[in-house]
Amino acid sequence: MQQLFNFFIKNKTFVLFLLLFSYALSLTIQSHEYHRSKFLNSSNQITGSVYGTFHSITQYFNLKQENRLLLEENNRLKTKVFNQKDSIPVDSVLEYKYDLFPSLVYKNSYALPNNYLTLNKGKNDSIKEDYGVITSKGIVGIIDATSKNYSRVLSVLNTNSRVNVKLKKTNYFGTLSWDGKSPEITQLKDIQDLVKLSVGDTVVTSGYSSTFPPNIPVGSVESFDLNDTKDLYIIDVKLFNNMKNLEHVYIIKNTDINELKTLIISNE
Amino acid sequence: MNNIVLRTILSFIGLVLLQVLVCSNVNFLGEINPYIYVVFILLYPVINNRLLFLFLSFLLGYTIDIFLDSGGVHAAASVAIAYIRPLFLKFSFGAAFDYQSIKFSNTDFSRRLIYFLLLIGIHHLILFSLVIFDETKTVLILRQTVYSSIFTLILSLLLSSLFSKKET
Repeated sequence: MQQLFNFFIKNKTFVLFLLLFSYALSLTIQSHEYHRSKFLNSSNQITGSVYGTFHSITQYFNLKQENRLLLEENNRLKTKVFNQKDSIPVDSVLEYKYDLFPSLVYKNSYALPNNYLTLNKGKNDSIKEDYGVITSKGIVGIIDATSKNYSRVLSVLNTNSRVNVKLKKTNYFGTLSWDGKSPEITQLKDIQDLVKLSVGDTVVTSGYSSTFPPNIPVGSVESFDLNDTKDLYIIDVKLFNNMKNLEHVYIIKNTDINELKTLIISNE
Repeated sequence: MNNIVLRTILSFIGLVLLQVLVCSNVNFLGEINPYIYVVFILLYPVINNRLLFLFLSFLLGYTIDIFLDSGGVHAAASVAIAYIRPLFLKFSFGAAFDYQSIKFSNTDFSRRLIYFLLLIGIHHLILFSLVIFDETKTVLILRQTVYSSIFTLILSLLLSSLFSKKET
C-alpha cells in the first residue's frame, strides 16, 4: 500500500495528465453519439449571455440582407393571402397543430463535422427538446438541449442529424443526413431505385415525424447515384437555406406532441 | 506574484473570448479557423506548479469546448501539449531552461518559431483527429492540421510579440 502511494506521489503529474486526458476523451466519444452529449453545452446561462452580448453588436452587420429575407417572406405570404379563394380551411382531425416562435441565432457553425446552433429562446419561453427549427426558406435543425433562456439546435449539418423528408413530386420518403463535406449539400438516402428522379426536384419534409409539419421546403436534387448494392439511391440535396448566414429562425412546437408520445409509449 | 496571477486570469478570459467570438467565426476558405487560445499554454511561465498548469490547460480547453459544443476535443489536445511542453522547451531553448527563468520575449525568433510550430502542430493534429474521428479520413485530418497550424502560428507569433512589447 505504502509503495502504491509512493508511486502515485512520484508520478502525480502523469496521473493527473492521464485522468484529465481520459476524461476529455470520454467527453469526445460521447459527443459523437447522438442524444448523449447533453451535459454542459453552449445553451447554459454563461455562454448564452456572452454570445448574446456579442450578438447585440454583430447583428447590425447583416441588417440589409435580413431585411431583404423578411421582405421576401412577407411578399410570399401576402401573395398567398390575396390569392386565397375560400376562407382558410378548417383543420381536419388528423392534422397536427403547430405553434411558431420567432427566435434569433446567437451562435452558428458549419465548418465542423458536428455543428450546433445556439438560440435565444429557452424553457422560459416554453421551448423544449425535439422541437423543429426552420427559416423562411427551409429547415435548420432540431432542438436537442435547452436551458432557462437558451437552447441548442442540432443542425442538419451534423453527422448525427436524421430528418424524415420526401420527394415533393412522387411522395417517396427517405432520411436526410450529412456526410460532413460541404455545408450546402446534404444526402438523402433510402429512396428505392425504381423511383423516377431528375435534377432539380424539390425535397420537402414528410410530416411523418412529430417534429416538422409536412411540406416544409428542404432543398433541391443536385445529383444522384445508386449505392453499393445498387438498390437504393444516394441523392445529393442542395439546401435552400444558406446555413452560413442564419439570423431569424422559427421554432415549431407541435401542440399534440405529448399526446403523440403517450400513444407511441402505449403502443410499445 | 499577484501581478502574474492577475495577468494569467486576464489572458485566460481574454483568449477564450477572442477564440469563441472572433477566431472560430473566421472560416477562411470555408473551413480554416485559427485556434489562438493555445498561446496561453505556449507562453505560460516556465517556472510553475505543473499540476496547476495541467489543470488550467484542461480548464481552458474545456471552456472552449463548452462554447463551441465540441465535446472534449479542445480539452484533450490542450492537456496533451501542456504535459509534453517541458520536453519541447528543452529541445527548442537548450537544456538550461529550467535553471534560469526564460522570458519568451528575450529568446531568438528562430527558436521561438520552432517551439511554437512543434507544439501548435501537435495540438492541431490531436484536435482534428478527435474532431473528425474517422480513420478513413486521414488526408482530411492532415490537410486541416497543416492549414490551421499555419494560420494559428502566424497569429500567435503576432500576439506574442504584441505582449512582449508591453513588458519592456
